[in-house]
Amino acid sequence: MHAYIKGIGYLSPQPTWDNSLFLEAVKSHHVNNMYCLAPDYKQYIRPIALRRMSRLIRMGLTSALISLQDAGIDKPGAIVTGTGMGCVEDTENFLTSVAANKEEMLTPTAFIRSTHNTVGAHIAVHLKCHAYNFTYVHRGFSFESALADGRLLLAENAADDVLVGGLDETSEHHYIITGRLNYWKVKKTHNLELLSSKTPGSIAGEGAAFFVLGKVPGVNDYGKLLDLDMFARPESEEILHSRILTFLQGNAMQASDIDLLLMGYSGDVKFDPLYEGVSEKIFPGKPEAYFKHLSGEYHTSSAAGLWYGTRILQMQYVPEVLMKSTTSPGKINNILIYNNFRNEQHSLMLIST
Amino acid sequence: MEALIEKLKKEIIEALNLEDIEPEDIKADDPLFGDGLGLDSIDALELIVLLEKSYGIKIEDPKDGKKIFYSLRTMAEYISSHQKK
Amino acid sequence: MPERIFVTGIGLITAAGKNVPENEHSLRTGHSGIGEVKFLNTVHKEIPVAEVKHDDKALFDLAGIPYREGYTRTALLGMIAAGEAMQNAGADPGGPRTGLISATTVGGMVKSENHYFDFLRNDESNIYIGTHDCGDSTEKIARRLGIHGFRSTISTACSSSLNSIILGARLIRAGKLDRALVGGTDALSRFTLNGFNSLMILDREGCKPFDKNRNGLTLGEGAGYLVLESETEVRKRNAMVLAEVTGWANANDAFHQTASSPEGTGAFMAMEKALETNHIQADAIDYINAHGTGTINNDLSEGRAIEKLFGDRIPRVSSTKAYTGHTLGAAGSVEAVFSVVSIVRNVLIPNMHYRDQMPELHFAPETEYKEEAGIRTVITNSFGFGGNNSSLILKG
Repeated sequence: MHAYIKGIGYLSPQPTWDNSLFLEAVKSHHVNNMYCLAPDYKQYIRPIALRRMSRLIRMGLTSALISLQDAGIDKPGAIVTGTGMGCVEDTENFLTSVAANKEEMLTPTAFIRSTHNTVGAHIAVHLKCHAYNFTYVHRGFSFESALADGRLLLAENAADDVLVGGLDETSEHHYIITGRLNYWKVKKTHNLELLSSKTPGSIAGEGAAFFVLGKVPGVNDYGKLLDLDMFARPESEEILHSRILTFLQGNAMQASDIDLLLMGYSGDVKFDPLYEGVSEKIFPGKPEAYFKHLSGEYHTSSAAGLWYGTRILQMQYVPEVLMKSTTSPGKINNILIYNNFRNEQHSLMLIST
Repeated sequence: MEALIEKLKKEIIEALNLEDIEPEDIKADDPLFGDGLGLDSIDALELIVLLEKSYGIKIEDPKDGKKIFYSLRTMAEYISSHQKK
Repeated sequence: MPERIFVTGIGLITAAGKNVPENEHSLRTGHSGIGEVKFLNTVHKEIPVAEVKHDDKALFDLAGIPYREGYTRTALLGMIAAGEAMQNAGADPGGPRTGLISATTVGGMVKSENHYFDFLRNDESNIYIGTHDCGDSTEKIARRLGIHGFRSTISTACSSSLNSIILGARLIRAGKLDRALVGGTDALSRFTLNGFNSLMILDREGCKPFDKNRNGLTLGEGAGYLVLESETEVRKRNAMVLAEVTGWANANDAFHQTASSPEGTGAFMAMEKALETNHIQADAIDYINAHGTGTINNDLSEGRAIEKLFGDRIPRVSSTKAYTGHTLGAAGSVEAVFSVVSIVRNVLIPNMHYRDQMPELHFAPETEYKEEAGIRTVITNSFGFGGNNSSLILKG
C-alpha cells in the first residue's frame, strides 16, 4: 500500500518549521543535549489554549498544524502519534511534587499532561476531530508503529488521509538520567562534528515531526512512502543485511535502485559500525546522508529521518551539511532510510518520487 | 476586600499560567468561568489547591467550586468569611 | 475475504483473583477486590483501592521466574496474565507471524517513583532507569513467552488495552499476523493515586457505577490478555474458540483533556462505528459491559450515549469496576476477558454497589448474577483521558 506524502511539519533543534526553507541556515549546538528552536507559537495557537500546553504539546500541535496546512486538509481521517517517553517534563514535575508535598495539596495539570496520548488529544480538541486517535509508546518503534498503523488505516479504507507524527522531548533531568545508561557522550561535542568524535555515546535531542499521508496521489505530493519494516536487534550483521535485501526485493528493487541512503549515524562508536557495514556490504560507493547531528538522538528520531528524506526528494538535492559520503546523487528517485535506536529497534523506510 | 481581590488577581494569573493577561484585565465581578475569563474544570481544581495553600481553606467537594469561584469578588468573600483568624 | 478473528485464550490477574477461574469465582459470588491499601506505600490510607492481593515476591512465583531486580510490578502482572492466556490458547508463541501488542499507562512508574531521586543523584546506573518507559513491560512479556515477531505498545490512557485488542484484530484481518497476544497491564502507583486524587474523582467509599450518589472511581491494578487468531490458524491447529471479535472502533470526543462531553459524543460514535464494522444490528447486542467508572461525568455521558444509540431497546448493562477497581491501562482488556467469560459461561455479570437510579437516565444497570442468561453478543466500552473512546464487540 503506497502512502502519498501530502504535507509535513517539523520542529527540531534546527529552524525547520518553515517548509519554504531547507537548511539555508544551520544552527550549531555546543551542548550534548539539544533543545528545539521554537517559532512564535501564538501564530498557530490561541493564547488561552497555549497556557495549558507544556513544551512538547506546543511542539507537537504546532508541527501537526503546519503539516495539515501544508496538505490543505482541515481534519484528517485519523490521528496517530508515536512517542518514546511522552511529556517528560510534566512527568518529572508531578513526580517531584508528589514527593515534595508529601502527597498533599497537588494540582492536576502536570498529571493530566503526563498521559502519553496528550498531544494526540490536544490535536483532536484543537481540530474538533472525532476520528480514530492512537498513541504508540514502544521505544525506538514508537514512530514506526504509528506509521504502520497509518498505512493500515489507508489500506483498510478507514481513512482517505491520516496524520502521523513522532515526537519526544528532552529535559535536564532526562538527559542526566539517560546519561547513566551511557546514552550520551561524556565530552562536550559540537553537533556538526558528531561523526568525527569517535567516542561512545551520542548527543541527545528532541523533535516533533508530522506527516499527512493520503491514499490517492495528487500533483502536490512530496513523494510516496513505499514500504516500512521494523525488527528487533538482529543476531548478526549478516541477518541485518539479508533483512535489508529482502525488504528491497519485496518492493521489486535491488541495491542499485536506491539513489540515496539516509542513515541514523548517531556518532556512537558502538553503533555506527552497523551503518558502515550496511553501506560497505550492500551499497558500496552509494551516496550517503545522515541527520542525527541536526536532530539529536531520541526514541522517535526516525521521524526526523523521514522528514529529511522527504525534503530531499522534494528539493532533489542534499544540502552539504547532511552529506556523509563525498559522492552526491544525481536524480533522486528512491531513498532508503535505515535507523536503529541503540541496536535495539531497527527500522527501514523506503520513499520514492 | 479590594486589597484581597488585587492579591487574588496576581495569584490566579500565576497559578493558571495566564500568560497574556494583566491584573487590570480581570474585573472583580466578571465571571471567571465560561464566557468570562474562559476557565474550566481543571482551573477550578487549581484554584481549590490555591485556596488551601495560600489561605488554609479546604474545599472537600469540587462541586462547591462553581459558586465560590464565580468571580473574584465571590472568591474574596468566601476567603474572608472562612479564613481562620 | 478478510480473515475472521477468534479469541482462543484468556488470562487475568486483578484484585478479584490471580487467574481467570479466581476472577470468575469473584464475579459469581459478588466478591469485590476493593479494600484498604496494603502494598502501595502511600499516605492516603483513607482512599480505598483494588490491589492485587500478592506482594512482588509472590508475583515472581506466579510468573514462574526467580526473584531478581529489574522487574516492575507492571511487568510481572503482565507476564502472569499473558502467560495464562497463551497457555489457555495452547498456541506456540514462536515464529514471525505471532505478535504482541500490549498497553500500559504509567509503565514502570511504580519503581521510578521510589528511585527517581537516586536516578538523578547517583553516579551509578540504576537498573530501574531502563524499566521506566512503557515498552519495558512489553519487552519483558515477549522475552518470557518467547515471542519474536511484531511487538508494540499502546498508551491512550484508560482505553489503552482495548486499543491493543483493536490493533491485534486489524493486523490479523489484514493478514499481517496469524496470531496476536493482546492486552494491557498497569500497577498501582503513588503517581496515579495522587493524580486522580488531585482531580478529586476518587470515591472515598469505593466506586458505585451508575448510582445516583456515585462520587468517583476506585483505582485498581492488574492485567488482562487475550490470544487472537485468524480463522485459518484456528482451523490449521484445530484450536478451541472462545469467542469471535466482530466489531471495533475508536473515536475521539474532541471535547476536553479529562472531561467527557455531556452528551457522550465520542462514546456514541465508538459504539456506533463498532456496530458498523460487520453491519451488526443494535438489537443483536445482548449485553453492554460499560466503562462505568463511577465518576459523575463518565457514567452520565456514557449512559446518555447508550440511550441515544439503543433508544428504548437498551440491552442489559453493567460495569464490572466494583470488582476490580479501575485498572487504567489494563481496564479494556480485563473487561474484554470478562465479556468473553460472560459469553462462554452464558452468565450475566452484575453491577455491584448500585443502589439508586440516576435521575438523568431511563435505564438501570443489572444487579443480579444470572446463569443461562442468553448472552451471545457483547459490546464492551473503554474510555480514556483525551477523549479516547473505544468499543469492541465479541460474539459467541
